[in-house]
Amino acid sequence: MSDPRLHFEKPLLTSAFYERTAALNKLNSWGPWAGYTTALAFEDEAMEHTAIRNQATVYDLSPMIKYRITGSEAAAYLNRLMIRNAEKLKVGQVHYTAWCDEHGKLLDDGTLFRHGESEYLLCCQERHLPWLLDSAIGFDVSVADVTGEIAALSLQGPCSCAVLKQAGFAKAAGLKPFQMAEFAFGTAGTLTISRTGFTGDLGYEIWTTPDRALELWDLLFEAGSLYGIRAIGTSALNAARIEAGFIITNMDFISAEQAVRNDRARSPFEMGLDWMIDFNKGHFNGRRALLDEKSRNTSKWALVGLDIDGNIPAEHALVYHDKKHEAGHITASIWSPTVKRTIALATLERPYHAAKSNNLWVEIYALRELQYHKLMVRARVTERPFFNPPRRRATPPADF
Amino acid sequence: MQSFDAIIIGGGTNGLAAAGRLAKSGRKLLVLEASSITGGGAQTHEFAPGFKTSSVAHLLNMFDPRVEQGLDLGRHGLAYAATSIATTALSASGDHLVLEGSYGERVLGSFSNSDRASWTALRSKLLRFAALLRPLKDMTPPQLAGGKQNDVMKLARLGLNARMMGRSDLREFMRMILINVADVLNDEIADDRLKGVVAFDTVLGAHMGPRSPNSLLLLYNRLASEAAGATASLALPKGGMGSVPASMFAAVRSLGVEIRTNAKVKSVLIEGDRAAGVILQNGEQIRARSVVSAINPKTAFLDLIGPRHLDTETVRRARNVRMRGNACKLHLALRSAPDFKGANLATRLVIAPSINSVELAFNAAKYGAFSEHPVMEIMLPSAIETGHAPSGQHVVSAIVQFAPYALKQGWKTGRAAFLDRILKTLETYAPGIGALVTHCELLTPVDLEERYGFIGGNWHHGELAAEQMLFVRPMPGVANYETPISGFYLASAGSHPGGGISGAAGWNAAERIIQVEARA
Repeated sequence: MSDPRLHFEKPLLTSAFYERTAALNKLNSWGPWAGYTTALAFEDEAMEHTAIRNQATVYDLSPMIKYRITGSEAAAYLNRLMIRNAEKLKVGQVHYTAWCDEHGKLLDDGTLFRHGESEYLLCCQERHLPWLLDSAIGFDVSVADVTGEIAALSLQGPCSCAVLKQAGFAKAAGLKPFQMAEFAFGTAGTLTISRTGFTGDLGYEIWTTPDRALELWDLLFEAGSLYGIRAIGTSALNAARIEAGFIITNMDFISAEQAVRNDRARSPFEMGLDWMIDFNKGHFNGRRALLDEKSRNTSKWALVGLDIDGNIPAEHALVYHDKKHEAGHITASIWSPTVKRTIALATLERPYHAAKSNNLWVEIYALRELQYHKLMVRARVTERPFFNPPRRRATPPADF
Repeated sequence: MQSFDAIIIGGGTNGLAAAGRLAKSGRKLLVLEASSITGGGAQTHEFAPGFKTSSVAHLLNMFDPRVEQGLDLGRHGLAYAATSIATTALSASGDHLVLEGSYGERVLGSFSNSDRASWTALRSKLLRFAALLRPLKDMTPPQLAGGKQNDVMKLARLGLNARMMGRSDLREFMRMILINVADVLNDEIADDRLKGVVAFDTVLGAHMGPRSPNSLLLLYNRLASEAAGATASLALPKGGMGSVPASMFAAVRSLGVEIRTNAKVKSVLIEGDRAAGVILQNGEQIRARSVVSAINPKTAFLDLIGPRHLDTETVRRARNVRMRGNACKLHLALRSAPDFKGANLATRLVIAPSINSVELAFNAAKYGAFSEHPVMEIMLPSAIETGHAPSGQHVVSAIVQFAPYALKQGWKTGRAAFLDRILKTLETYAPGIGALVTHCELLTPVDLEERYGFIGGNWHHGELAAEQMLFVRPMPGVANYETPISGFYLASAGSHPGGGISGAAGWNAAERIIQVEARA
């Protein structure tokens, strides 16, 4: 594989944890994620999801796109790039953020890790190097794609802190949500643990280098053996993130960079991300368009959580007002084993998200033995997250 | 602290035109010019003791009558040494063709009757179509997006005029709008000398050969312009090109405009996402309600405003405005009159013996080399009026193409090598001219950039080409002279309708500013 011309022979890369994940993948269920092959489920999707809410789970997040941003003007650069104020992010902290094009439409969202005064790590769904580099013009900053240089595991679930303590990272118990710290790792070197995740539960992400990936995996599984630790695939994680009300670029909205149709791009106001916008930090990409959208109140869409009658997931279903007028569509839906109801993330045309939200219906095509059964069921706009346990925030976390 | 209604950055013809128009509206204005003299590329300088030449442009052919009349430049010193200057299409054999009047109204020399008839028809068609497009030059470019306050009346009139030409003319107009000049000439004309000179005029100042797509548009631009009150005609201002800004300087001063030279602007002062003034290189801060950039748009966005006040797309676009200059300016001091095989030295002399000679000359530029056989336009101002050279001696001022800004071998060694090619070419058409040269100056595109801020050596401050014209000039989103920074406007040749000693872009920008500020 050293000859780059032969890339087509193996179109998907494998992560540094592949030796372990492949051995555990009894279903041999894989899917592509950002150029890597990634486990969709290992053994039983329902059990994996249950483990997220009751035990400790490990998810290989190495394929996530990661950019290292360094330089004396890294903070100024990120402030021009992002809608949120990156200057306010303290060293050793993480925040959720998003960025827009000149029309104030979302390009992607991600998590930003501040490792030093002038060093950040940006994790996101899509690749953006040309955009990030062009945005760096005029700033003393360098941006590098370090996706392949970092191996990371997401350790999530009520027992995740207990597993970390068992693995020798006792001080991780002191991490508050969105904090991170470095820890001695094995006989030499360090790794980084951040109290972050995509499940809306107690959880951590552990960052190391590919050469020590298997060592980390084995350490966690040994420490977690009495806590029911198990590897989970993307399907279980996806169910958990819907319960947590998290959105994913190109699943819940189309990145403005990739949207072909004129009306597909979404602004932060339309995806419920406007709370992050800091209009007072100086200019940032899309600021003028967003100010205009705000002052003229021209937002067209709204992201909502829906509570849907019955137990049939309403994935990609259309939402109607009064069973007649199309009001929007659902981008993600499951029957949630945790809250025991059908929940969904939907994009609704305004004002069906609020003022006219009292008469919403969802048209579901339920496939039953090769035949669609058309259902028209009631939907109610509800608070996100659908599931929000206190353990998600408790510091130090209980052992369970 | 002193405060102005508007500060104009750049005292070139467009800066002065904008200043004049804005001052006439009663505004208090300050013009800031980085060099010691206003005029930008419109200058007359002494390149050898006793020898004076127009520094870049040496003929007036697209001077905006709104500027000339609106600022009453005649009363402020603008006079012409010659108007309706004829063009001699030089032939190496001495069998020259002379084009007189408005763009070859009369053709003198050995010229076949069939060509005479076809040229009359073609010329009249080109002038008719150019006249149709002419009103666009005085307008803020129409915006394609909705709700953009287009001048609907003017656009409707333009459309109506097109329709009024009749079906066959309209069809012909549409056929020719994006065609290349070589195809048009080869369809109609046989005479290589005539085709050569028209092809040369078309691509003068462009990164194009006659066969490049859309090249005819540039000829329309030329034919839709005027000098000294005559359409598609050439004029020489008394005392060289420097007289034009000098008269504009006097005119705007009389309107109360304050002009400061040696005042280089470092950046635009931005407060609350609005232009609030400028900061000079020496740290001095001057406040104003609006700031107008009459310098290169790339410089304006990337240096004066800076990327951190702009969206990434704007920065990308600004960096990608194409500005490839291909023209060198040659100045020769001659101890006596040269002999271009009998050509009248008081005419414009063009060495471009055929379409292919221009195309081949351009070919080299595509690959980063200068033309082996350059094409050029030569003026001897000393043959028209006194004062350019000591009595009996002469000045040659020539615009020579093609000489790419990004010359592969570099201009350090390229300069002497290209000069050698030019002089060899000149020797063919004017044997013995080399021996008359007492002094010589060759300004390369790099020199033009350094002296006049023509980024890339391109005197249009952004190539004039279909894809950088009208609503995409200098780049999409800022063609209406407004920018993302409120109170910051563009007024240079980089904006519509482009360069040449014209003042049209500055005048249009001022009209737009008056309109925008009246709305606010």
